[in-house]
Amino acid sequence: MQEFLTINNLKCGYPGSFMLEDIHMKIEKGSFIGIVGPNGSGKTTLFRGITGEIQVRKGNILLKGIDTFTMSAKQKAQKLAIVTQNTEAPDMTVEDYVLMGRLPYKKHFQLFEKEEDYVLAHKYMTLTGIFAHKDKLMCELSGGEQQLAAIARALAQEPELLLLDEPTSHLDITHQVQILNLIQHLNTTLHLTVLMIIHDLNLAGEYCDYLVMMHNGKIHTTGSPVQVLNYKHIEDVYNTVVITQENPLSKKPVVFLVSEKTFRRSQND
Amino acid sequence: MRSKYLKWITGIMILLILLVTSVLLAFSIGEVNFSIPELIEILRNKTGIEYTIVSSIRFPRILLGFSVGGALSLAGVILQGVYRNPLVEPYTLGISGGAALGVAITIVFNLNSTFGIYMLPFSGFLGAICTIFIVYFLSVSKNLFNINKMLLIGVMISFIASSTMMFLLSTTTAENLHSIVFWVMGSLDEPDMFLVKSVFFASITGLCITYLFANPLNALRLGESKAKHLGVNTNFTIRVLFIIASLLTGISVAVAGVIGFVGLIIPHLLRIIIGSDFRVLLISSFLGGSIFVILCDVISRTIIAPNELPIGVITGMIGGVVFIVVLSKLKFSIR
Repeated sequence: MQEFLTINNLKCGYPGSFMLEDIHMKIEKGSFIGIVGPNGSGKTTLFRGITGEIQVRKGNILLKGIDTFTMSAKQKAQKLAIVTQNTEAPDMTVEDYVLMGRLPYKKHFQLFEKEEDYVLAHKYMTLTGIFAHKDKLMCELSGGEQQLAAIARALAQEPELLLLDEPTSHLDITHQVQILNLIQHLNTTLHLTVLMIIHDLNLAGEYCDYLVMMHNGKIHTTGSPVQVLNYKHIEDVYNTVVITQENPLSKKPVVFLVSEKTFRRSQND
Repeated sequence: MRSKYLKWITGIMILLILLVTSVLLAFSIGEVNFSIPELIEILRNKTGIEYTIVSSIRFPRILLGFSVGGALSLAGVILQGVYRNPLVEPYTLGISGGAALGVAITIVFNLNSTFGIYMLPFSGFLGAICTIFIVYFLSVSKNLFNINKMLLIGVMISFIASSTMMFLLSTTTAENLHSIVFWVMGSLDEPDMFLVKSVFFASITGLCITYLFANPLNALRLGESKAKHLGVNTNFTIRVLFIIASLLTGISVAVAGVIGFVGLIIPHLLRIIIGSDFRVLLISSFLGGSIFVILCDVISRTIIAPNELPIGVITGMIGGVVFIVVLSKLKFSIR
């Protein structure tokens, strides 16, 4: 397998407040990696470091062997796309919103989209199931549909690396599963490398091939869902009592939360 | 052709027709009225007092109205796009305050009689430029532009400038007071063709350069962070657009005084009618601003003829009322 994304000894963050340190990662092409960890553990900061939104203080990030620091914003946007948890709902149609994904490919004096841009936008709108809504305004869509439009826009960038920052937060289980099934499908069929921040450990365990658990700005554990999602790691990082079992169908780990009352009762018993 | 582009072309064609109509109206109506055939005859003969009225009095006003209206409206649409705030207008950043202060200082210290006729517009432009520099440099920290900080600094500078203006107004002579107040209220009565042409070329150049940033402006509609993810150099884009908008405002205010509301209401109206895509909004706002100011000027010089009302009074009153009516009547969604 080809080494696709390499993060070497990364240190980045916000001076005087929060810093990521000692981040090492080697990601192969076509991987589906979940990044888990409690709030404030540095997951989004890591994404901001990868996209170049915050300054890298030490180490480097290599995308297909090229230091991302040396890439122009446009070059970077052609290689990696990001979908954040809050999709903006600007006063533009879904088609126009998805066509925004073609911006990194526009020449400096090119004002209008080419026919191929429309073809690609329609292809990804169909793939994500929102083609029927193409003439609606973004604000007329439900939260789940907006997120699908955001994924279609990211796909229109034709990236090799897709970064997803909690793409299923605020969504009901139908939309959570719909979106994660879609991402899994894209990962398998398009060989898209996916790096996804996700809070729901059960969804992370079910869908991701590999997990990175972060804690206090550092990587705490990495490995397969079975290796990472054991009660010891979860209790250490989240400071919460849990029970982990195996999903009888997928054989992936399932995490059960234990309330303080139940925990006390079980200890008394 | 895609329906979106067809809608844009139709919108621009309608605006062009309205522009031609308003220009013809501005040529025809005044203290002396001309019919269209008379106007054609006057332009063909190129002699007589009528030709002087048309070519030396009305033409500079129309050209200045076209340029100033276009420039202010364009500056408004740029700033609303950069700040993602529909309430921002060219004067929010204190540029008009700075220009007015520059002019007030010139009038109070009688510098215009010492340095000639260009001193008033020059001091207005200098005041605007000083404001732009102060706002710009106070808003940049660690080579990054903080647009919210910039907005607050602009508003504060505007307050400081208006307070200083009030101080000057309260201590100066009645004659100076009258000159300053009339300048502040705005007028298109500028006999110097060099100044008129300068504003015209500046506004057209501003429009052309802004078009290079139409796509980045569209990306900024998704937010600064998402625009970055789409490969837009937001720091550079925001800086350049801020400078263009400021210069357009500074030049307009320096020559025509403070003509309010154009930069706020015209982009809003056109956003409702024609859409928010900057590829069409930039040109349509420019044309809309031009039409609005030309028509307001016709009203300002005819409503109490032979006297003339300051154009700022008309733009404020008509603009505000029309905007409220349109906003409350229009039921179709903003696209």
